[in-house]
Amino acid sequence: MFLALRELRFARSRFALMGSVVALIAILVVLLSGLSSGLVRDGVSGLQKIEVTHFAFDEGTEMGSAFSRSVITDDQVRTWSEQPGVAAAEPFGNTLVNARSNRDVPVDLAMFGVRPDGFLAPTPIEGEGLTGNPDGIVVSQTIIDADPGLKVGDVVTIDQLGTEFTVVGVLDEQHTFGHVDVAYVSLDAWQRLRAGVAPGEELRETEAASATAVAIKANDDIDLAAGDAAAGTETVTREGSYDSSPGYTAETLTLSMIQYFLYVISALVVGAFFTVWTINRKHELAVLRAMGASKPYLLRDGLIQAVVILAISIGVGLAVGIGLGALMSGTPMPFALEAPAIAVASALLALLGLIGAAAAIVRVAAIDPLAALGGQR
Amino acid sequence: MSTTATDTEVRTGLALQGVTLRLGDGDNSVTALDNVDLIVRPGELVAVVGPSGAGKSSLLAVAGALTTPDEGIVTIDGRDIGRLSAKQRAQHRRDHIGFVFQSGNLLPSLTAVDQLRLVSNISKKRTEKRDPKELLAEVGMAHKADRRPHQLSGGERQRVGIARALVGRPSLLLVDEPTAALDRARSHEVVQLLAQETKQWQVATVMVTHDHDVIEHCDRVMEMIDGQLSPAK
Repeated sequence: MFLALRELRFARSRFALMGSVVALIAILVVLLSGLSSGLVRDGVSGLQKIEVTHFAFDEGTEMGSAFSRSVITDDQVRTWSEQPGVAAAEPFGNTLVNARSNRDVPVDLAMFGVRPDGFLAPTPIEGEGLTGNPDGIVVSQTIIDADPGLKVGDVVTIDQLGTEFTVVGVLDEQHTFGHVDVAYVSLDAWQRLRAGVAPGEELRETEAASATAVAIKANDDIDLAAGDAAAGTETVTREGSYDSSPGYTAETLTLSMIQYFLYVISALVVGAFFTVWTINRKHELAVLRAMGASKPYLLRDGLIQAVVILAISIGVGLAVGIGLGALMSGTPMPFALEAPAIAVASALLALLGLIGAAAAIVRVAAIDPLAALGGQR
Repeated sequence: MSTTATDTEVRTGLALQGVTLRLGDGDNSVTALDNVDLIVRPGELVAVVGPSGAGKSSLLAVAGALTTPDEGIVTIDGRDIGRLSAKQRAQHRRDHIGFVFQSGNLLPSLTAVDQLRLVSNISKKRTEKRDPKELLAEVGMAHKADRRPHQLSGGERQRVGIARALVGRPSLLLVDEPTAALDRARSHEVVQLLAQETKQWQVATVMVTHDHDVIEHCDRVMEMIDGQLSPAK
């Protein structure tokens, strides 16, 4: 500690230079973490808030776009609800529509079709639920907050079909799916929408018994393979179903890859710095060894320097990153600062930086105290 | 509380008996020290002179527990240091040996007084250490206690280096070319200081030097030629 801190102070400009690189990386990591949290929220927050454990899609559906392609029948729902380990199973409909409100606001909506009296039914924080409102929709808070947005009582007309829905309730917080605001609608109305049946037309019987997926609330002892075999479905966990949301995999993969690169860059920057720093001090370190300083003493000294400089620079980077992020949160950019994600990211940054430093600092152990004596021995 | 052995140990100085050190291996091996005998008593300043490559630094390395000889016995205050592990040798160095290096070899980041404090920081045994400020005053550097090495002249650096070597109350002081970077007047001052400290603190001091000018301050002069040590004529 004695030497470590004095050296830090003495070589402060060099340490500050490296520290600012780490701080900039930390800023980038925070912003990327915010961006990916924001994208995840925009992509699947509607699904995250559904209280199920699994979704069962029709067997053979292309899983990358299962939420738009899969069609399941009432029979499959019934089969699933009779499986052991299943607490509840209900049909879940999902389709994207374009519509226009009576105040001439164009809106895109992800229509989630559910049984109004089922366990999937939305619980609005404002207005009413779907029960008793066959033509009602319960919408995400985000579309209420949008400018121009919707408000309770607005009537939205679906493009082409001309079907009209009234906004009867508002959901707490953000419910979006594939960057589109969610509107819950009764399953009956959803089936007509999905089949493209205009008001006054008849719905065919097969379509009246269909949905997108079986939403399953399972206990721990669910047997997915047996259920899939019996119902002719392909079941994924709720988290697994996010990959079936439009663009989700591509977005998150790209961002995580950039983040992983930043971790590695930080480790390399810190490692390179401490390599040069250690080599620069080779003679001093030899003198210290000759004076009797133990290897652990010198290793600890170097690690203390790495810890101090990483803590300060990551701290500064976090503060600046969160400050910038707070500014961005108010914009239409999908951006969400989430404490756990940022904590994990900065811990990884610190850990990898420390590993990089440690890899360089172990050289200290190999320094021969004989080098302290001038000339050849 | 038990006192450590070194507190009560009688100082007998440095003794090398039949010490041989070979460097390199196999056919390329060079005999750096060839059957060297040397006894330095406490309070005695012995100069070792000789041409470059004669083995003077090897002598310091062996006496200073930086390396173990291939043959022979090295004792400091009666303790055989030839059989110590690398870790024990490091401990021995910090507890019993003071080094004065060429041009001081001070740490650039530390002020003069911190150079001395560092010794206490390296060693866990704090009780025996000398007061850094007092010691700096003794070598005439009290007024520059807060200067860093780059703010000191060569002679001043060497004075701080000597003070640093004495902080741990060593029984053996090993001095490597202390006047290499100094002019004549400074060289005499520095070696006089070494002689004075050696007497005052009853340290056994070995000084390796090229500088025949300064040997007048030494009690004895030995000459090293091709790894063999003999009294200088």
